[in-house]
Amino acid sequence: MDTPFFTAWFEEITDVVAVQREHLTELDAAIGDADHGANLDRGFKAVREALAAKPPASPGAALVLAGSTLIRKVGGASGPLYGTAFREMGKAVGDAPEVSPELLAEALAAALAGVQKLGSAEEGDKTMVDALAPAVRAFSQAVRDGGDAPEAAARAALEGAAATIPLTARKGRASYLGPRSAGHEDPGAASTALILEALRATGTR
Amino acid sequence: MKKLINGTDTVITDALAGMAAAHPSLRVDQENRVIYRASGPRPGKVGLVSGGGSGHEPLHGGFVGYGMLDAACPGEIFTSPVPDQVVEATSAVDGGAGVLHIVKNYTGDVLNFTMAAELSGDEGVEVASVLVNDDVAVQDSLYTAGRRGTGATLFVEKIAGALAETGAPLAEVAAVGADVNARSRSFGVALSPCVTPAAGKPTFELGETEVELGIGIHGEPGRTRVPAAPARNLVRAALSAIHDDLGLSGENLVLVNGMGGTPLIELYIAFAEVDSYLRERGAQITRSLVGNYVTSLDMQGFSITVCRLTDELTRLWDAPVETPGLRWGR
Repeated sequence: MDTPFFTAWFEEITDVVAVQREHLTELDAAIGDADHGANLDRGFKAVREALAAKPPASPGAALVLAGSTLIRKVGGASGPLYGTAFREMGKAVGDAPEVSPELLAEALAAALAGVQKLGSAEEGDKTMVDALAPAVRAFSQAVRDGGDAPEAAARAALEGAAATIPLTARKGRASYLGPRSAGHEDPGAASTALILEALRATGTR
Repeated sequence: MKKLINGTDTVITDALAGMAAAHPSLRVDQENRVIYRASGPRPGKVGLVSGGGSGHEPLHGGFVGYGMLDAACPGEIFTSPVPDQVVEATSAVDGGAGVLHIVKNYTGDVLNFTMAAELSGDEGVEVASVLVNDDVAVQDSLYTAGRRGTGATLFVEKIAGALAETGAPLAEVAAVGADVNARSRSFGVALSPCVTPAAGKPTFELGETEVELGIGIHGEPGRTRVPAAPARNLVRAALSAIHDDLGLSGENLVLVNGMGGTPLIELYIAFAEVDSYLRERGAQITRSLVGNYVTSLDMQGFSITVCRLTDELTRLWDAPVETPGLRWGR
């Protein structure tokens, strides 16, 4: 996977977030503050502009630029969290001109570690970690087994996001609702699933 | 739902333009989205920077001026500002005595202000932070993001701002801010949800005959939903939650705050009930504020914030202040 692949991934994320904007906002309205779709839409459009304005020289540079742009443009919790995820991925791949599946597995693990360090969420807290953690595991497992890693990660993320529905939130704004947060899908887990589905779609194009 | 806006994408920019035009005492940096005192930093004075999602006006931009904040960083509606805004504001208001960040306890605000404080530290500015977490409706435990920052933010900004004007060092200004927060508790009640410009519809559903107890200031639902009741009962529900946590006695500063869509006449009805509740417990209201100060767009409802005063805090509360949102003594 080369630099154009990662640029195409961000294109794909931008498109899918724009399409799912209202859906994400509705999920957020149920247990948060009804802005997740709007914020990510704004953030990834800014990422697309930043990548076009300053075409990155390597996959790592593309990921770091995307992450920094999200931190600078989004605000809320999702800006720093997604921004950190992409920055950590970028740092993990370094200046490699091509990213192997093994290296991408490491980078995804670094993204998860960065998110957990910043947000101190564990699996089961009803956050983006509930989609990201199983996706990272599935990706690595598929790489080891010679399977379709992006496909496995996208499926695991989707299942992880769906599995947040019965959970009671213990982090973020939904935690204020206590037991009333149960019965709703976590918007951050849902957007994480979209981002990993975009990774799968980018690989099949 | 109709809104007095030009378009959903220009809400913040258009409102900032209005603030700049209406208040010559402010300087608005549209590019970086920071509201400053037009007079600039004063050498030797600790700078006060706050910020948060928009939609809570006059918090925070309306509290920029003599005796309160030096700068405010407005985010998108209900979304914390980004670190760049806070870093920009922090270096601009540093008069050489350091800068205090006043941060409401929400995951997004804490993350963005923490990143900003680190970046400002790298630039050589001494930064201290006060975290405001006064909302007793949220259980402060491992199982939540902790208590939210609500009405006490105004008290912290006013009192820390007054101390900063005396030339007190950063550590003392931060300490008085933390003390005000520790002595303050809030509880909010919604009669209706609010409508964000982007969503154009209510952020949650609330029946004609229901009210929501323990709401926050971002249109998020509260802890429990109960049948609508007279003001007396709603005020008592709010105050008993505050009393259980704080223990009401002595001299108190009380804010009866409108959420944006409740008429002042109803807030005064609520204040009368607050007054009689405190009297029954032998507590006094020695300072008070009634009005829309920490709002949630057009939400109908109110919050009560009580701060147990000391003589020093009373003096600092009484000190002169000149901002668009609060002004006296000057």
